[in-house]
Amino acid sequence: MNPSVQAFSDWLSATPLSMQIQTVSWIIPTVQTIHILSIALVMSSAAMVDLRVLGVLWRGEPLVAVTRRFLPWIWWTLLVLLLSGATLIIGEPERSLANPAFILKMSLLAAVLIVTVVFQKGIAGDHLFWERSAKRRVNGRLLAGLSLVLWVGIVFAGRWIAYVDLGAG
Amino acid sequence: MSISARADVMSFAQFLVWLHDSAFASAVRDSDFLFPSIECVHVLAITLVVGSIAIVDLRLVGLASLERSVAAVTADVLPFTWAAFGFAVLTGAALFASHAVGYAANFEFRMKMLLLVVAGINMLTFHLIVQRDRPRWLEAHMTPRPGRLAGLISLLLWVAIVAFGRWIGFEHVR
Repeated sequence: MNPSVQAFSDWLSATPLSMQIQTVSWIIPTVQTIHILSIALVMSSAAMVDLRVLGVLWRGEPLVAVTRRFLPWIWWTLLVLLLSGATLIIGEPERSLANPAFILKMSLLAAVLIVTVVFQKGIAGDHLFWERSAKRRVNGRLLAGLSLVLWVGIVFAGRWIAYVDLGAG
Repeated sequence: MSISARADVMSFAQFLVWLHDSAFASAVRDSDFLFPSIECVHVLAITLVVGSIAIVDLRLVGLASLERSVAAVTADVLPFTWAAFGFAVLTGAALFASHAVGYAANFEFRMKMLLLVVAGINMLTFHLIVQRDRPRWLEAHMTPRPGRLAGLISLLLWVAIVAFGRWIGFEHVR
């Protein structure tokens, strides 16, 4: 582990808040449950928007109606994910901070946030932005496909955090 | 009668042992890669099942998607939910097989299965009610009372199902 990450981890796990999370046995599973339920809302909201763009679901509705319904859920629930995720890190800093699966998850998250902002910027100025031309349509579909792949990657990387052996390394 | 009932119980226990000892279950159990990989797909499927059911339930309760009718929301979302549920059951069965005897005896696992059955009964009851009075469910901004109740019950059940599911991972099931 990187010495400064190790030092930060050691400091964090010695704080009273971290000790509290470590000692009370129900806190971690409860916060993980909240984290998974929030991921369920974000994943499904993103899937609804992406599958509408790809022409699989909600075909009877304008794209902007679907994004108005589901995009706010993604942003508000991300706040809950941030808070529950931070609680899990404070409770078990060693488990996550230097964990390659965790670092991959955060990188994929950064990427999907950029993809989502780009998509949302387009539709915010012009409701038909992603449908105006054949090229825009292809780009919109590429963004939607990329978003789906990235969210799936985030869930997989998140689950692998529990299995990456940090042992001696 | 009582003899055959006892024979059934015995055969279920034997089935669990057989499942646990099967080549497939041993492969999942003994591999550092298979169990977590199947578990990843299981968690992904569950997030899609629970999230998409939440979309329907929040519409039923009257908290979201009000501009569309209950019938329109369920028509778009439920096929997606069922597809994800199929993956959740298949991967769940594979994970169960790897420690069949242990999971079958595990309290959290049993509660999760019980609540899944209750969620199924809740859904069936709701569908029967809807079919009796179909026109009321075709209007936007409309949430008849039985729908609100079914939606609320369903939300609570799925929160509990996810919680029990997560708790299974904290028990050392052998």
